Amino acid sequence: MENKPKKPTPSIKQNHGRHQDPIARRNNFDEVALGFGLEEAVTEAARCLGCKTKPCELACPVNVKIPEFVDLVHKEDLGAAASKIFETSLFPAICGRVCPQETYCENACVLKEKFGPVSIGRLERFTADYARKNGLVTPPPCAPDTGKRVACVGSGPTSLAVAAELRKLGHAVTVFEALHEFGGVLSYGIPTFRLPREVVRFEVDMLRRMGVRLLKNVMVGKSITVEELKKDFDVVYIGSGAGLPAPMHTPGEDLVGVYSSNEFLTRVNLMGAHNFPESDTPYYIGKKVIVVGGGNTAMDSARCAMRLKPDSVTLLYRRTRAEMPARVEEVENAMEEGIKFEFLTAPVELVGDERGRLRRVKCIRMELGAPDASGRRKPVPQGGSDFFIEADSLVVAIGSSPNPVIQQSTPGLATNKWGGIIVEEGTARTSLDGIYAGGDVVRGGATVLLAMKDGKSAAKAIHEKLSAKEN
Amino acid sequence: MYKIVEKTELSETISQHVIYAPLIAAKAKAGHFVILRSREGGERIPVTLVDWNPERGTVTLIIQAIGKSTTEMNALKQGDSFLDVAGPLGTPVEIKNWGTVLGVGGGVGIAELYPIARAYKEAGNKIVSILGARNKGLLILEKEMAELGEVIVTTDDGSAGRKGLVTDAMNDLYAAGRGPDAIFTIGPIPMMKFVALASLPHKTPTFASLNPVMLDGTGMCGGCRVEIGGKPKFACVDGPMFDAHQTNFDALLKRTAAYREQEKESLERYARDHQCRIGLH
Repeated sequence: MENKPKKPTPSIKQNHGRHQDPIARRNNFDEVALGFGLEEAVTEAARCLGCKTKPCELACPVNVKIPEFVDLVHKEDLGAAASKIFETSLFPAICGRVCPQETYCENACVLKEKFGPVSIGRLERFTADYARKNGLVTPPPCAPDTGKRVACVGSGPTSLAVAAELRKLGHAVTVFEALHEFGGVLSYGIPTFRLPREVVRFEVDMLRRMGVRLLKNVMVGKSITVEELKKDFDVVYIGSGAGLPAPMHTPGEDLVGVYSSNEFLTRVNLMGAHNFPESDTPYYIGKKVIVVGGGNTAMDSARCAMRLKPDSVTLLYRRTRAEMPARVEEVENAMEEGIKFEFLTAPVELVGDERGRLRRVKCIRMELGAPDASGRRKPVPQGGSDFFIEADSLVVAIGSSPNPVIQQSTPGLATNKWGGIIVEEGTARTSLDGIYAGGDVVRGGATVLLAMKDGKSAAKAIHEKLSAKEN
Repeated sequence: MYKIVEKTELSETISQHVIYAPLIAAKAKAGHFVILRSREGGERIPVTLVDWNPERGTVTLIIQAIGKSTTEMNALKQGDSFLDVAGPLGTPVEIKNWGTVLGVGGGVGIAELYPIARAYKEAGNKIVSILGARNKGLLILEKEMAELGEVIVTTDDGSAGRKGLVTDAMNDLYAAGRGPDAIFTIGPIPMMKFVALASLPHKTPTFASLNPVMLDGTGMCGGCRVEIGGKPKFACVDGPMFDAHQTNFDALLKRTAAYREQEKESLERYARDHQCRIGLH
């Protein structure tokens, strides 16, 4: 590249990457964040000081070798940069897109206060995309076969991380997925405008190229039990997620038009309902859509709904904008796309017509009271504040809890009162010998990144167990 | 891919598919279902397992063409494949010795009744079946059910057996002092509702296999939620068989109508594109 900036040049203005225009993107499911071109990436990479202390790398839950890969981007050696990331994470195109870097690597960047942090997430994404599109990616080498067999239950981020790590160490890994696509929430939950499916398929396929066996349409707990898996595998890792939608417990939740966020997002993201009738799976949203909740799932639901071209999408959240658990960037994206926000508002009753279809939602206003156990101020209903909002559909996105099927079908597996599997801190060991668990089935609904982190540390503990058996 | 090793037309709209799916065949029990998807872009459809053969690694499904996906599935031929067959799913029916068990099947529900009746027979029950159909041409599995015990056929138009509804035949049994010890019913929602209403005064334990709209079939979306004893249950993991006297059939009926317009649109479009045999061209 001509006139490439010298390294380091921190004073160059931080580049956040380009985005699709808010009005245009409301009409499509294409990716909103357009990412970097090569020149932008090299210029952004030039800002990195290459700190010897590597605070960014330490802050990354999977310890991506950030200064080293960023330096390779600056040298325009994208194949080497991708391989450098691969040393610790096989999923850079996914993590570069969905990880909240502002609370991890970019939060730790020494440039943060004075110049703004290096856009590490965008650089990771660029590296992975460039390497994929230019055929620069080769699967990492795997150690000779150890003869040990590991089953991963579920194919979401935590199982994918376990599979990648253990396969590299020479163990035979089989992944069992209940749905017809691999990736868990990466396939059914996160919309394509945040995470294109070719990215997920490519990074999952990397596992296949490494020799991981991927089986779909098998629901562990129903199609086969964990006990049965234990007969064929030395270790079983349960990464079945938190896919049980939390109900609102309001009258009228049975009405047609009322969706759990899981159902709504699965219809659109996994089944392609937005392409109906090209795709066979239908959706029903009508003209006025309401989404309830304040997390990333609520933002995804509202933004998906907006792309189905109703007259309006309104988000109800019982606290204020400051307490929203969603990423700031996603809230901004949602607002730019024209989603209306009603803060300090909660639905109390859903009212339907004679055909059992939702027509309006009775809401109340809240005010913030004293902080609760988690430190967040508790919303308190304001008496006499009832009002109605017209609505044809309502998406409930107020959280989810661990899928109960495996716990119920595995005698002796210790769980907590929320149905989460109890594991030993740091080793991911459950109450049953040879059975490990991690990700949302342990934590309850959390993030892709924490699920991957759990997978990495579980893989370490599993490897130790499998290696110890040799002696 | 899941290959269709045998395909038989049971009636104009009902086909039997024997599919190679060894993992499912090895685990199948009466009351289980599978989720089918025929091709990329296809939707996920729940279908009850009618039979299974662990030695051959096959499962048997009976599909009635009522909409686009089922019409398209029944157009598949022997040697073709389903893209996805997931399962077995659901909770198998609890099999015990009740004494005399009455099975009430309507339409393609007879296919779903068959494995349950067979399992009860093997557990030592006496089986009586009432098989209802709109007309003679739509009646299936009469011979197979007759091998399990007494069969009473009813048709809406009287073209076979007794003219009338399955509940008429049920009431006859009660009137003759032949009330059963338990009832299992599978068929259209209004039929199951009226079977439950007919058995309620006699306090006969009655179970219905519910058929709500399903998406994943694994308990993650709640699209199949049904109201049992006033509480929400997910038919895909908690059922599909529930206490019929505790079931809110009216709510179920409304929810299954959720996509009626889109289903019609989809089928009409398919019929236009395929000059098909379903009488819409």
